[in-house]
Amino acid sequence: MKSAVIVFPGSNRETDVADAIERASGHRPIMVWHRDSELPDVDLIVLPGGFSYGDYLRTGAIAARAPIMQEVVRRADRGTAVLGICNGFQILCESGLLPGILLRNASLKFVCRYVGLKVETSQSLFTHRYQAGEVLSVPVAHGDGNYFADPATLDRLESEGRVAFRYCSMQGDLTPEANPNGSARNIAGIFNPTKNVLGLMPHPENATDELLGSISGKALFDGLVDSLA
Amino acid sequence: MATPAPAARPNDLMGLSEEEYGRVLAILGRAPSLTELGVFSVMWSEHCSYKSSKKWLRQLPTKRPWVIHGPGENAGVVDIGDGLAAIFKMESHNHPSFIEPYQGAATGVGGILRDVFTMGARPIANLNALRFGDPSHPKTRHLVAGVVAGIGGYGNCVGVPTVGGETNFHASYNGNCLVNAMTVGLAPADRIFYSKAAGPGNPVVYLGAKTGRDGIHGATMASAEFDQNSEEKRPTVQVGDPFTEKLLIEACLELMATDAIVAIQDMGAAGLTSSSVEMAGKGGLGIELDLDKVPMREPGMTAYEIMLSESQERMLMVLKPDREDVARKIFDKYELDCITIGRLTTTGNLVVKRGGKVEADMPIQPISAQAPEYDRPWTAAPRKQPLAPASVPAHDPAAALKALMACPDLASKSWIWGQYDYLVRGHTVQQPGGDAAVVRLPGSGKGLALVVDCTPRYCAADPEAGGAQAVAETWRNLTAVGATPLAITDNMNFGNPERPEIMGQFVGCIAGMRAACTALDYPVVSGNVSLYNETQGQAILPAPVIGGVGLLDDVTRTIDLSLKGPDEAIVLIGDTAGWLGQSLYVRELCGRDTVPAADSAPPPVDLAAEKRNGDFVRAAIARRQVTACHDVSDGGLLVAVAEMALAGGRGFDLKPAAADVPLHAWLFGEDQARYVVTTSDAAALLKAASTAGVPARVIGRTLASRDLTLDGRLLISLHDLRVAHEGWLPAYMAQGL
Repeated sequence: MKSAVIVFPGSNRETDVADAIERASGHRPIMVWHRDSELPDVDLIVLPGGFSYGDYLRTGAIAARAPIMQEVVRRADRGTAVLGICNGFQILCESGLLPGILLRNASLKFVCRYVGLKVETSQSLFTHRYQAGEVLSVPVAHGDGNYFADPATLDRLESEGRVAFRYCSMQGDLTPEANPNGSARNIAGIFNPTKNVLGLMPHPENATDELLGSISGKALFDGLVDSLA
Repeated sequence: MATPAPAARPNDLMGLSEEEYGRVLAILGRAPSLTELGVFSVMWSEHCSYKSSKKWLRQLPTKRPWVIHGPGENAGVVDIGDGLAAIFKMESHNHPSFIEPYQGAATGVGGILRDVFTMGARPIANLNALRFGDPSHPKTRHLVAGVVAGIGGYGNCVGVPTVGGETNFHASYNGNCLVNAMTVGLAPADRIFYSKAAGPGNPVVYLGAKTGRDGIHGATMASAEFDQNSEEKRPTVQVGDPFTEKLLIEACLELMATDAIVAIQDMGAAGLTSSSVEMAGKGGLGIELDLDKVPMREPGMTAYEIMLSESQERMLMVLKPDREDVARKIFDKYELDCITIGRLTTTGNLVVKRGGKVEADMPIQPISAQAPEYDRPWTAAPRKQPLAPASVPAHDPAAALKALMACPDLASKSWIWGQYDYLVRGHTVQQPGGDAAVVRLPGSGKGLALVVDCTPRYCAADPEAGGAQAVAETWRNLTAVGATPLAITDNMNFGNPERPEIMGQFVGCIAGMRAACTALDYPVVSGNVSLYNETQGQAILPAPVIGGVGLLDDVTRTIDLSLKGPDEAIVLIGDTAGWLGQSLYVRELCGRDTVPAADSAPPPVDLAAEKRNGDFVRAAIARRQVTACHDVSDGGLLVAVAEMALAGGRGFDLKPAAADVPLHAWLFGEDQARYVVTTSDAAALLKAASTAGVPARVIGRTLASRDLTLDGRLLISLHDLRVAHEGWLPAYMAQGL
């Protein structure tokens, strides 16, 4: 699997996700600086976590308008797999590849903690190594992760099987307490209509190592290697 | 060259004393210009010159074979093997944080990060030590909210995990909160960058953010007491931009991978003044600056303002003459300013020009060589008497435990650290909430253990014992996660040194620290002093905060404090006399604040016992002979075991006290040099302890249930304990909404 991680000024989890991909695939992703005009031919494009452009203006808003994003959108439309994590999810929403928007957390505070995450579908190139309904333990670390879309959009996401993950208790219940940021319907991650684009707020790349507390995120990267190798 | 126009004898000496002003006249042989006076004022401020503390700081042990560079640089450097060095320092931002908590704390984090990456290190972890006033004080909640948001706002954005810290509350901090931030970085041991300039003619290059009028004379503010008008000092607080800092980190590290840099120094306190004077001074050279070239945020800034601005996210460096293009290309990539603003000279003078006029022309060497140094009068604190357990009421252990676990100093601080990204970079092995944080070193099997700690009420009651205890507790915390303690950074927070009793606290704490560092083979490699932490004559409880760094050769061998399986033996390492003097039990439950009015002595620190017990525990962890470990400190034995139960989600049964110690003193005494460990083979552990001459006894066992029991009698359920322990801070903060 050949992959590229797009690095914006202010990205800060690019090495975390590059490490996770390298552990899964044996290959180090190509790091692409936002001002580079060329995007190499790859199977997977990753938009990493962080604070692109300092989160100034609105999270992800400036990055979504970076020149490199035009090419990312073009590749996504042609079917290349695109994974946006945290700030990457915010950028995907701002760029129009995914519907909805990430608002300030309902608590108005940054939140860093492990959350329960329910796998809603195994029917995707990202999640096929999981069982639908499986509960993962994955950390979140964000100030703007409160997923919002109008009810019609939410209904459509659900009816089309495009909700990838929801926040849940470790018993799998979709409770308000398990929702770290106030996201609509506990939604933590969604697909585009063709399911080659996944955006999610939690950090599966920080849950790929036993020593660090959880390996719940490992199957996502292993699954991508299966799908794209 | 024209001599700068002298100002008339100024009415405002900018914080210099008459005697110090006389020194300025003697050095220059004339009256100083406004800019020159400003330079002397900041360089001779307490903050930059350490004039009241130098004499005593020199007594601390700083040299061991693994110390690559001790105090005197931007941060301390320690060899950790495999060609790697750990670079770290702690610094206070107390005064700015009290005036403007969000920006004060945020720029405190930014400043200490720059101290570390300016030496060539990638910052890998942040920690912080916070002290606020009484929770009932009207300003406390506002300060907690602002400081925590500021630390998170900056640290989260730059992508450095905030992995540990401590937070205390006490009325003595009502008018002066303490915000001490520590950064730890990692660098190749043979690629450390220093601030000593070399090569006359070499370009002096300005990097990073533009200069504005913020923070002018911040270092001088930090060297004075507060009065009722301290809020008016808000314009001297700097404003932080973590996004620019993140770019500056990446750009500097990229440039440091080339051979372009001769010397580099961040513009911290006293901004362009201290960075230029210190770099040229260390190299025995002069420096000439053309301030017209300095990137400025606003028009019309004077030489005085530019030299004294403390605008953030700026660096100054000396480049090799033919490498300016290399630097410019890298800084262009990150869209940061990189401008040559001057040259090194052989004159030995600092020459500053603005609009074609010479605004300062002054010799650099005397600024440090003839800096004032004071041997301030001091009086030792009166000796306190031990507190006999019999004179202390024996409360019901269950009620006492619940009250202590919910008191402000012991209640869970997860409301705070849950707002910090403690996971970014993907190497955090032990998270906040344990004895020490553990961070894996990428590309190696090793790990660093990191901690900050201090017990100010001990320091107030007996400065020497308190200073030793602060060092010993960090050493113990590092040991408890299996690490070998290497070295410390210190952050000395005290009141007005011109008062003999405050100076006596400082002198006493240093003596205790020196003894502990020597006995524990644990040198000081960097530090910071913050004096004048007083408001309207009320000094803070003295806080010599210690930041400790330890090494794990095999990071997978680290252990935490959580109780693991059922039916394991709980073993207490170390002696228990039942020392209740200055304990939280007395303070929280016996209706009297132990400081400063109460007269009991804090627990004595037996450094030989610390060393012996700690070395034994560390070896037992390395042998995988124990399954959990926690040091016994604030609150005593029962609190320590309860914290282990909460972390593991598992109950325990404790045996009754030793016959010669009353139950309440056994459970809540704060005797030092103690650890609680769990093991599945108590006999083997006790045998090993006996061989090593280390006191050890089985004091209970872990249970399959979630009950905490004492000799079979229920004290409290884990659930009820958790509600009390984790509920206090969120409930307190919510009252402000």
